[in-house]
Amino acid sequence: MAKKYELNEVEVWDGNMAAAHALRQADIDIVAAYPITPSTPIVQNYSKFLADGYVDGEFIMVESEHSAMSGCVAASAAGVRAATATSSQGFALMVEVLYQASGMRLPIVMTVVNRALAAPLNVNGDHSDMYLGRDAGWINLCSYNPQEAYDLTLMAFKIGEDLNVRLPVMVHQDGFICSHTAQNVRPLQDEEAKEFIGEFKAVNSMLDVANPVTHGVQTEEDWHFEHKARQHNDLMNSIKTINEVFAQFKDRTGREYTPVYTYKMDDADVAIFALGTTVESARIAADQMREKGIKAGVVSLRVLRPFPFKEVQEALGNVKAVATLDRSAPGGTFGMLFNEISAALLAGGKKPVVLNYIYGLGGRDTTIEMLKEVYEDLDKCAKAGEPVVPLQQFLGLRGPKLSFY
Amino acid sequence: MLEIRWHSRAGQGAVTGAKGLADVVANTGKYVQAFAFYGSAKRGAAMTAYNRVDEQPILNHEKFMRPDYVLVIDPGLTYTADITANEKENTKYIITTHLSKEELIKSQPKLEGKEVYVVDCMQISLDTIGRAIPNAPMLGALMKVSGMFDLDYFKEAMKKVLSKFPQKIIDANMAAIERAYNEVH
Repeated sequence: MAKKYELNEVEVWDGNMAAAHALRQADIDIVAAYPITPSTPIVQNYSKFLADGYVDGEFIMVESEHSAMSGCVAASAAGVRAATATSSQGFALMVEVLYQASGMRLPIVMTVVNRALAAPLNVNGDHSDMYLGRDAGWINLCSYNPQEAYDLTLMAFKIGEDLNVRLPVMVHQDGFICSHTAQNVRPLQDEEAKEFIGEFKAVNSMLDVANPVTHGVQTEEDWHFEHKARQHNDLMNSIKTINEVFAQFKDRTGREYTPVYTYKMDDADVAIFALGTTVESARIAADQMREKGIKAGVVSLRVLRPFPFKEVQEALGNVKAVATLDRSAPGGTFGMLFNEISAALLAGGKKPVVLNYIYGLGGRDTTIEMLKEVYEDLDKCAKAGEPVVPLQQFLGLRGPKLSFY
Repeated sequence: MLEIRWHSRAGQGAVTGAKGLADVVANTGKYVQAFAFYGSAKRGAAMTAYNRVDEQPILNHEKFMRPDYVLVIDPGLTYTADITANEKENTKYIITTHLSKEELIKSQPKLEGKEVYVVDCMQISLDTIGRAIPNAPMLGALMKVSGMFDLDYFKEAMKKVLSKFPQKIIDANMAAIERAYNEVH
């Protein structure tokens, strides 16, 4: 029986420690992991908790991230709770198995500490790994600070394991800016967290030898399409369970989560749409713009997948200009947020000015001043009623300005 | 918002110092942030660590900072690192050195006209802890210069932060904090 970990009402944890404690409290049967910067401390802290007697489950140190996710798939298919952590190149190596996990409907939880993808090699934060995995059929939850990394990791188990969902869940946090930044965190006590998540319920367990099943079978054109459609259907509908779990979490802690995050959007003319820690920095920039008489707001996705299409339309319903900030090299097109937000707006019959900023690649600092420059651009476009700056710009890039369209 | 920048070499305990300070401050009900610039830097490389302290939850995630305090815990960095970067008019400097304040400013003229405090955290940590880990004495010096907490309160709070260490190490750190508190000037 695992020892109870004495926790203060307020702890000072970085995002990695916060995620590690959430994993410890989740009573996981199997963690299979291969540490990689900047998520290494999650794996390191978790294995220390285990060595010190605070964890009952097993920890399997594997030889690659491909094996880490394969280990989780095997454990989850066998009928137990499984989780892991990774970043960047490790995430990239896992991609093949990410699709296996979702296709086999295995409610694995993975904490992803977002980091740039090589080349050039870089250990710092951007969202390249998040964008790489966004179509892999996992539920994707996004945090902006260590408290949220903790909260969402706890909720991830309850969401993915729900009998109406049974899908794997990733919880994203920004490399270093969240993962290595210590801030105030109010954790649940161990028993409270365990009670909230509940017992793991095995479905089609391979260890249930009285009811033999096969996982990961081959289906050709006769059944593959139906399987993938069913999987997509259940991922789309998982938003109901996500909302229920968010509501239950709010009842317990007072901390409110919604599929789309908004700040001062009720009367906003201009908005920054971003992910990760930038969301909170943008709040400061928005407040400073409001002091200058510009009605600025902030919007973000708490749930990246399933994409909260309607809620995005509602959040941006009255805005005159919105800047989508993508922290990932778009590889020959606009950033993902620009494309998805534009589509949601167009389908809703709205045509505000939509701008795209590529920013923060490889950990480039995103300052309040830069975010205020974005609001200044937006204000000009809102007043003109049309784009008066290039549609795609690079924010914080040194050297000559780079822009398209 | 109070902002602090640490100049250190990797391995000298600036991150631990920044997190220790954050722990103590968080216990008083304030909001804190402690972070560092990492690259693939190895032990001995020059690095910076940061604290933010506020009455409100801290939303600012930019690395850019105009510090209220600059803490230099390695004597050589006064000359090789850009310790006055992004300073404000009233930025206070607490610098580890064996020199007197006058000798220090003479040897690094860019400190002239600034509010500079000196303390020999290296010698203090060697004498008390037995190793050149200058973070704890720097915290003692910061308490004296900033008036953030009185010495006894801070020592009690740090004892809790260090509670997982053997008593001998806790005692040595307390001695280091107290001596730096009394010697910084």
